[in-house]
Amino acid sequence: MDLIVDGFRQAIALMLGLDRELLRVTWLSLQVSGSATFLSLLIGIPLGTFLALNRFPGRHLVISLVNTGMGLPPVVVGLFVTIMLWRNGPLGLLHLLYTPMAMVIAQCIIAAPIVTGLTLAAMQSLNPRLRLQLLALGASRWQMLWLLVREARLPLLAAVMAGFGGVISEIGASMMVGGNILGQTRVLTTATVMETSKGNFALAIALSIVLLLLVYAINLFLTHIQQQGRAP
Amino acid sequence: MRTVLSILSLVVILASLTAACSAPQPTAASRPPTAAPPRPANPELILATTTSTQDSGLLDVLLPLFQQRTGYQVKPIAVGSGQAMVMGERGEADVLLVHAPDAEKKFMADGHGTSRQLVMHNDFIIVGPTADPAVVKGAKTAGQALAKIAESRSLFLSRGDNSGTNQLELKLWKALGANPKGQPWYQETGQGMGATLNVASEKDGYTITDRATYLANKKYLTLGILVEGDKALLNVYHVIQVNPQKSVSINAAGARAFADFLVAPETQKIIGQFGADKLGSPLFFPDAGKEDEEVGG
Repeated sequence: MDLIVDGFRQAIALMLGLDRELLRVTWLSLQVSGSATFLSLLIGIPLGTFLALNRFPGRHLVISLVNTGMGLPPVVVGLFVTIMLWRNGPLGLLHLLYTPMAMVIAQCIIAAPIVTGLTLAAMQSLNPRLRLQLLALGASRWQMLWLLVREARLPLLAAVMAGFGGVISEIGASMMVGGNILGQTRVLTTATVMETSKGNFALAIALSIVLLLLVYAINLFLTHIQQQGRAP
Repeated sequence: MRTVLSILSLVVILASLTAACSAPQPTAASRPPTAAPPRPANPELILATTTSTQDSGLLDVLLPLFQQRTGYQVKPIAVGSGQAMVMGERGEADVLLVHAPDAEKKFMADGHGTSRQLVMHNDFIIVGPTADPAVVKGAKTAGQALAKIAESRSLFLSRGDNSGTNQLELKLWKALGANPKGQPWYQETGQGMGATLNVASEKDGYTITDRATYLANKKYLTLGILVEGDKALLNVYHVIQVNPQKSVSINAAGARAFADFLVAPETQKIIGQFGADKLGSPLFFPDAGKEDEEVGG
């Protein structure tokens, strides 16, 4: 119990003292997971919308693959991305392994199916007659898509939160493709694991608290956007 | 409309994050140096090493010094010795700092490395619950201790991860002619040393650990040192330069510079003093220039 109190005390001391290492690790976590989530939105929202609005052979197969992908284990993603990026591997020429960019790629692969799946569900939950009505009112195809996305913004923001939450708390892939290198690829989750194995439990708890506060702050911001102008 | 604006601003923030992320990372060498460090042609060096060098904090002391002096940018990948050597075999690492002598000899014999130098040692210890149900305390050798644990069928926690520690443990069982795998009292954690010590502590089991990790975790453990000082329990670290013929991308010059740095008298002195201030006794004993036989490796 005194460990947890110790952890809280250390977390407060680190945050108030603006510990440089803590700031760097926190900032990198935010950069990597923020970028990965952003990229996954670029892939997931169009793909999810496409799957929701079109009928084509093999559609059920693709949707079931996306749904499976929503549960992709980060270590599996990490392993495959590592092997692809090995300097003697297929993409070795890019020299990306053990860089933040490699972590963005891995996390994007983890987040994209989550965003796609939730976008698909969000678009399908809209009343199908809305589409017909928009077209009947003379909306162009792009105008119609934009209005549908706007209409589904509540569940879509939930997709953003789920994608971001999935990658910022992820550890297996970041550890493997990033290597937990001090000052280069160490993020909050990998630092927590390392401090735990070093026996620095109080510091590990402090890092966890910072991670939770960070996730909370981001979600507070997104929730604010989501609930804006809504009656309770 | 405000909603749309908020979403747009979020997109802009995230886009700038992406841009920031792809910008080159500040290197340790670019921090205010006392003297401008040299700039090697290929500054990126991948060091595959064991978790014990990272978890003990030794790398945090040595790497900044090396980087500042030589300008190399080291990427330390802390894994078990088994995985470190596979990385070397595949040409995915330039230099290895490992502690699994038998596997290392095979690695060299198979032509995967060009040079293997003795760096330092510390020792393994057998730890267990202070109540000591198997009456291990007082055993002269590690072998005797393990035999007692097996006889009394007391819980033993193995790393089970092909790390240097795990390889030594398996060697000790083999020397006894025993094969405890699959026995209900023999459990494999598949995790690092710190985690395995915690499991042993929680379950009142015995395990073999390197002294450095034990000392670092000691205050949270209910385990005591039961056997130490046996020659079979020496934990010897070598630095191995990976054969540059494995792959064109191997940084042979950097590997040589790192090996030279580790065995240099000044570095050896730092290794010998490391940990003495915090834990009361040094964690590693420098051995550069000695013969393997002198330290029992």
